[in-house]
Amino acid sequence: MQEFEFEIVMGLEIHSELATKSKIFCGCTTEFGGEQNTHVCPVCLGLPGVLPVLNRQVVEYAMTAGLALNCTIAEFSKFDRKNYFYPDLPKAYQTSQYDLPIAEKGWVDITTSQGTKRIGITRVHMEEDAGKLVHGGGTLAGAGYSLADYNRTAVPLIEIVSEPDIRSVEEAIAYMEHVKAILEYTGVSDCKMEQGSLRCDANISLRPWGQKEFGVRSELKNMNSFKTLQKALEYEIERQAEILRDGGVVVQETRMWDDAKGVTISLRSKEEAHDYRYFPEPDLVPIIISREWVDRVRAALPELPEARHERLVAAYGLPSYDAGIITDSKAMADYFDAACRHYGIEPSPIADDDGYRQADQQGKDRAKQISNYMMGELTRLVKEDGKGFEDCPISPENLVGLLQLLEAGTISSKIAKTVFETMYATGKEAKVIVEEKGLVQISDEGAIAKIVAEIVDKNPNVVADYKAGKEKAVGFFVGQIMKATKGKANPGVVNQLLKAELDRR
Amino acid sequence: MSLTKAEVEHVAMLARLALTDDEVAMYTTQLNAILDYAQRLEALDTSAVAPTAHVFPLHNVFRDDVVRPSMEQAKIVANAPEEEDGFFRVPRIV
Amino acid sequence: MKLFAKPAHELHGLLVQKEITATELVEAHLGRIDTVEPQVQAYMTRTAEAALAEAQRVDAKVAAGEAIGPLEGIPMALKDNLCTDGIKTTCSSKMLHNFVPPYDATVVKKLKEAGAPLLGKLNMDEFAMGSSTENSHFFPTKNPWDLNCVPGGSSGGAAAAVAAGEAVFSLGSDTGGSIRQPAAFCGVVGMKPTYGAVSRYGLVAFASSLDQIGPFTRDVRDCALVMNAIAGHDPLDSTSAPVAYPDYTALLGQSIKGWKIGVPKEYMGEGLEPGVAAVIDKALQVFCDLGAEVQECTLPHTEYALPVYYLIAPAEASSNLARYDGVRYGYRAEGADDIVEMFKKTRAEGFGAEVKRRIMLGTYALSSGYYDAYYLKAQKVRTLIKQDFDQAFERFDLILSPTSPTVAFPFGSRTDNPLAMYLSDVCTLSANLAGIPGLSINGGFAGGMPVGLQLMGKAFDEPRLLQAAYAFEQETGYHRQMPQLGE
Ligand SMILES: [Mg+2]
Ligand SMILES: [Zn+2]
Repeated sequence: MQEFEFEIVMGLEIHSELATKSKIFCGCTTEFGGEQNTHVCPVCLGLPGVLPVLNRQVVEYAMTAGLALNCTIAEFSKFDRKNYFYPDLPKAYQTSQYDLPIAEKGWVDITTSQGTKRIGITRVHMEEDAGKLVHGGGTLAGAGYSLADYNRTAVPLIEIVSEPDIRSVEEAIAYMEHVKAILEYTGVSDCKMEQGSLRCDANISLRPWGQKEFGVRSELKNMNSFKTLQKALEYEIERQAEILRDGGVVVQETRMWDDAKGVTISLRSKEEAHDYRYFPEPDLVPIIISREWVDRVRAALPELPEARHERLVAAYGLPSYDAGIITDSKAMADYFDAACRHYGIEPSPIADDDGYRQADQQGKDRAKQISNYMMGELTRLVKEDGKGFEDCPISPENLVGLLQLLEAGTISSKIAKTVFETMYATGKEAKVIVEEKGLVQISDEGAIAKIVAEIVDKNPNVVADYKAGKEKAVGFFVGQIMKATKGKANPGVVNQLLKAELDRR
Repeated sequence: MSLTKAEVEHVAMLARLALTDDEVAMYTTQLNAILDYAQRLEALDTSAVAPTAHVFPLHNVFRDDVVRPSMEQAKIVANAPEEEDGFFRVPRIV
Repeated sequence: MKLFAKPAHELHGLLVQKEITATELVEAHLGRIDTVEPQVQAYMTRTAEAALAEAQRVDAKVAAGEAIGPLEGIPMALKDNLCTDGIKTTCSSKMLHNFVPPYDATVVKKLKEAGAPLLGKLNMDEFAMGSSTENSHFFPTKNPWDLNCVPGGSSGGAAAAVAAGEAVFSLGSDTGGSIRQPAAFCGVVGMKPTYGAVSRYGLVAFASSLDQIGPFTRDVRDCALVMNAIAGHDPLDSTSAPVAYPDYTALLGQSIKGWKIGVPKEYMGEGLEPGVAAVIDKALQVFCDLGAEVQECTLPHTEYALPVYYLIAPAEASSNLARYDGVRYGYRAEGADDIVEMFKKTRAEGFGAEVKRRIMLGTYALSSGYYDAYYLKAQKVRTLIKQDFDQAFERFDLILSPTSPTVAFPFGSRTDNPLAMYLSDVCTLSANLAGIPGLSINGGFAGGMPVGLQLMGKAFDEPRLLQAAYAFEQETGYHRQMPQLGE
C-alpha cells in the first residue's frame, strides 16, 4: 500500500429502496420508470388532507436487513418528520426515523487485500424516497427550469449508517459490495444501482496519523455506482489532503460528485445550513416489535454471503478468492449453485468434521470449470452488456451443456469458445449450435492421419527444416492441419499423429 | 429567552417566508409576547413526566403490501400552477 | 312551514310521511341562503345543482317506496377545509384559492353514502387558525344573532349557516375549540368528538395531534344522528380508533339522575363575563333539578393549557403547511427567478398574517436548540393536563363549564392583540390536548346573545354527553330560538 501522510476516516450512509410492491404509505406501485407522474396518488403527492398508513412489508424488510447486518431490533420505534423545502419533496418533509430507529448496533466483516475487518453499523432506519427532477437544459447547474416527476416519491427506503470505521477507498468499496450482497441475499432490495435503488453518501475526513480527534469532514452525496464511489472518494481525499498540506482548513459542507468534470462540487453554502426540525410524526403511530416477531423474521433469514462463501469453499473446493467473487452477488451465487445442480455435482450425503458435505474430486473439478467460465468469459460478456447474472442469456443449464460437450471431447476447447459466443448471442443450447454448424471434433485417427499425410507431402522443405532441428516447423504443420479441418481436429490426436508421420520421413 | 430580529429572520428563512422589515419587527414583538407567556411552563418540574405525542395509545397500524391503481396523470397535474408534458414545472434550482 | 328552522329528525319524518319532498327541502334552503347570505356570508362556494340532483334521487327512492336513512335528503354544508372531489376547497386562504381536490374526505364520502345533499362549502379562519373567522382571506362571516359581532371561529361559517337556517347541519373541525366556540357564539349544538373517533382523512391538517371533525346541528338528537353517520374506524387514518362504535342516539331521553357533574373552578375565574357566569349558574340549577349532583372540581394544570397549545399546534402546523410551496397546487407568486425565491414569495403572498405568525412560532419552537425547551416541554405538560382529566373522571361523570368566557364579540375588537384572541379558547383547548370529547349547547342568553355550555367526558363517552345535553335541552328549550334575519 502506498504511503499517505494522513489517516483517512470514512463512514458510509447507504440508501436502499426496498423490494415492496407498493409504496411506503400508499398503494401506488414501486415499479421503476413509467411515464412521469403516473405512479402517483393524492397520498404520495402530499395533497392537502391526506394521511399515511405504513406498509407492513417495509417493517419486515427493515427488520430483515437489520438482523442480517447483525443489529439489535428496537422494541419501540417511531417515525419522525425531517423538514426541508425542495421541489422533489411534496410534503416539504421526509417521513423518516430520528432518535428511535428500527435497528441499531450491528456490524459486517469485509475482506480486502489487507485481510478481514469488521465495520460497525450505527443504525438502520426506514424512510421514504423523494421524487425526481429533470433539469431543463440537461444539468442541474445552468438549467433554466426543472420538471418534477413524483413516481419515485415515497418508495420505501432503508438507510444504513456505518460507524466511521472505514480507512481506505478499497474498504469503502468492499463494505458497499458486502452490504449490497446482504440486501440481495435477503431479498430486501433489488439493488439496481443504475436505477438508483442503491446509492450512498460518504462522510470523509483526514487526520494526521496518531491523532485521536477526527478532522473536519465533508459529506459526499448520492454516489450511485461503484465507479463513481471510487472516483469521488479518491478525488475528495486528495482535495482535502491538498488543503491540509497547504496548512489550510477543510470546510464542513455537503459536496456532490460531478461526473462530467471529474470533481466534487460544493452543494450548499453555510447560510443555507439545514435545520431539519425533526419531531415525532403525529400522523403515524409507534411500532412495537415483540420478541416473537423478531424470532420469526430471524428464522426466515436465508443463507447469507458469509455462510455461502464458506460452503462453496468447503463443498466444492473453490479457492476463497473465487468463492468471494461469486458470493458477492446473489445472482452469481445462485447461478453457480444452479449450474452445479445441473452438472450433477452432488456433495456427499455425509458431513465432514466441520459440518460440510463435500463433493468428490470429479465434482470439484467440474465446479472449478463452472467457476472459471463464470468469472472469466461470462462476467466479461455480461459486464459489456451492462447486465447482471440474473438476466444472462446463457442459462446455468446451457452452460453445463457446453461443459459436458467439452468434457466428452465432442468439441475442442477452442471450438468451445466460439460456441460459447454464439450461445450468448442467440441463447441456444451448445448441442444445437454444434450440430447446426457441424463443429463436432474430429478424433477419428484414420481421417486425421490422411490429412496429416497430405499436408506433410505438400511441404517437403518444411519437413527438411524439421529434420534440421527447427521446432517451429511443427507449429506450421499444426496450423495447416487445423485450417484444413476448420479447427475441428482433436489437437491431442493431431500432435500424436503428426509426430509419428514426421519421424517416419 | 428573548428572540432577536436576526433570529426572526433566520426562522423566516427556515420557513421560506419572505418578510418585509415591518413584518420582521411585528413578528419579533408578537412572538416574544407569546414566548414570554410560554415561559410559565418552566415553573413545572417535568423531569419524571413522559411526553404525550398521541393521546390515544395505538401502535402497529399497518396496511398490506398491495398495489392499488394510481391516479391518472391528468388529475395529478390538474392543479399545477405550471405544467409541462405531465411534469410540474418549477423555476431553476440553483 | 319554515323548513329551514327544523332539525333533521323532524324533517326526516316529513320526508317519510311524504308531506314534503327532498327537492322542496333543498329549495327551501337555497331560498333561505339567497335571503340571508348577503347579511351572514357563511358560504365560500355553493353547489345548488348537485344538491338538487341528489334531492331528486332521494325523491325517486321515496316515490318507489324504498326506505331512506335518517340523513337522506337532509341538506348540509361543509367547512371549506374538508376535501370534496371536484369542488373547490380553499381553507379560506389565498394559497388554495383555486384548489380543486381530486378526492373526497372520508367524512364526505360517508355523508354522500348517507344521501345528504351538499349545499356548499363554508367560510372559516384561514387554515382554521383563529377564533372569529376574521382571518378568512376572502370575507368575514357575521354572527346571525348580531351582524356586528363575530360568529366565532375557526368554523364560523359552519356555525353561522346552521344558526341562520342555511343548512340543516354542517361539519366543522376543532383543533382548540374551533367547533365548540363558534357553536356557542351562534347558539347551536357543536361537538368535538374523541380524538380518533372521526377519520381525519381529507381534513386539511392544521395540528394533526389535535384536529378532529365534528357536527354543527340545531339540536342534540341531530348531533347524535350526524355522529352515527361520520364516526367509525377508517383504515386510511392511522390514528383512527379501532373500537366498537355505538349508536349515539341510544341513551337520549334516559335520566341523568344521580350523575356527578364537576365544575372546574379554573374555568370559572377571571375573564368570565358576568352574563356568562349567570347563565352557567342557572344551567347548573337545571342539572340539579334533573337529579344530578353538581360539585366544584379542579383541573390544576389548566393555566398551562394555553401555552402548551400555542407551542404544539403551531409546531405541527409549521410542518403541515410547509407543502404549500407553489409547486403542485394552489397559489404561486409571479416573477421569481429561482426556486428559493419562488417558495419565499409564494408563501409570503399566499398566507395571511395569522398563519404566518403561527408558522414562525412553530418553526422556532422546533428549531435546533429549542426543541427540548418548547415542543418537548409542551408535550410533557400535555401529559399532566391529560392526567388532570383522568383524575377528575374517576370522580365525575362529566365536566361542565362555559364554552367560552364571553359571548360573541364585535368585529375588530381583538384583532390587534393575538394573545387576547387566543384567550377566547381557554375553556376549549384542554379537551383537544387530552383527546376527550367536548360538546357545546345553547345554555341560555346574555344580553340577547347565546351562551355556550360545554360538557366534557371521558374518551369515547359521547353517548353519555349527548344524554346529559339532551336532558338539559328538553328541560330548557333554548335550542328552539332562532335569530331574526331577513324578515
Ligand atoms: Mg436519509
Ligand atoms: Zn401514491
